[in-house]
Amino acid sequence: MKRRAITAAEAAAKVPDGASVLFGGFMAVGSPERIIDALVARGARGLTIIGNDTARPGIGVGKLIDAGCVAKAVVSHIGTNPVTQKKMIAGEIAVELVPQGTLVERIRAGGAGLGGVLTPTGLGTVVQVGKRVIEVQGRDFLLEEPITADVAIIHAHEADYSGNLTYRLTAMNFNPVIALAARCVIVEANEIVPVGVIPPDHVRTPGILVHHLVERPR
Amino acid sequence: MDAKEIIARRVAQELRDHTLVNLGIGLPTLVARYVPAGLTVAFQSENGIIGFGAPPPEGMEDPNLTDAGGAFISAAPGAASFDSAFSFALIRGGHLDMTVLGGLQVDALGRLANWMVPGRLVPGMGGAMDLVAGAQRVIVAMQHAARGESKIVPELTLPPTASRRVTLVVTDLAVLEPTAEGLVLRERAPGVATETVLAATAARLIVPGEVPEMALLA
Repeated sequence: MKRRAITAAEAAAKVPDGASVLFGGFMAVGSPERIIDALVARGARGLTIIGNDTARPGIGVGKLIDAGCVAKAVVSHIGTNPVTQKKMIAGEIAVELVPQGTLVERIRAGGAGLGGVLTPTGLGTVVQVGKRVIEVQGRDFLLEEPITADVAIIHAHEADYSGNLTYRLTAMNFNPVIALAARCVIVEANEIVPVGVIPPDHVRTPGILVHHLVERPR
Repeated sequence: MDAKEIIARRVAQELRDHTLVNLGIGLPTLVARYVPAGLTVAFQSENGIIGFGAPPPEGMEDPNLTDAGGAFISAAPGAASFDSAFSFALIRGGHLDMTVLGGLQVDALGRLANWMVPGRLVPGMGGAMDLVAGAQRVIVAMQHAARGESKIVPELTLPPTASRRVTLVVTDLAVLEPTAEGLVLRERAPGVATETVLAATAARLIVPGEVPEMALLA
């Protein structure tokens, strides 16, 4: 199951224009910056990006927003990125705001083969509009549907050449969750180590889920 | 003592020993400065950590360790990190004793609005809807008025964050407890008369026989 690492440019070529892309990162902490740079460099267009937030201009997926790569963003927060807000108001990109816990759980459901999530979050708010309310054990819940995507771009701390991944501190965030929810999973890691170096108990994402590993920075 | 310090000191009195607490961005983060002596409180940041500490000295930051606002933090002894799905399981699952959030408005029903101003400010809800729906106790920490307008209103004119009645509202003028009958004036800020609170509040307040002053230096 060992694989050769690919370049960031080769990784970006595997993300077609118009693709839906799950990304890791919280305010760009734990975002795959080299893959994002390569997507900007190849001039990707029409992407639907799905993840926590659009960071700030010039960092994380903020770079994709700046460069006009994004048609739609499905995120919980855009407050730190004035470019996202400006482009949304100008009608250049669509923004779907989803409560953070609901967003990550919808992705988890998509990757776990579940038909959705029943959550109390969003009841009695605009988030409820158009959704079914289901009573379970005497409490109301909103039915939120699962999310999957064409591609997931992940930032890990360590990877080995079989694709096993570890994460670090708050750079973990959405990364292990999105690894299950995309048809093509591309990983950029801080370190690539020989197979066997990562103890099995430390592996957070098993390598079998990873399709492409980006080579270490030179 | 300025308005923010009054609010933060009073909110800190709501902390309970050996509990998990989430502080929102901005004013609520000040609460961590005033944890009563002898209490052990675990602070959660929803981007994936329990037990974070003060910002590290310049040059000793870890790019993989930030708070939910993207600011560098440190990990206290005993800290634990986890992914976003787990983080929001803590929040919605009844494991979070208390959240402290800023507010734009609270109404007579005890509903909170704090995530958008239609047409003017659309940052997104981030984790706020999950926090209000899921925490055992929701404490709103905010100035009593903004631009001369009371933020305590008869009925929300801004989109609600949840339908749930919040636990307590702490402002620079008063402590208000939302109840089924309406907002009860529980305490006055130091040197503030009951009449002053009533005059500064757009919503009707229930005034019990005795309204003590906040005991801030106890």
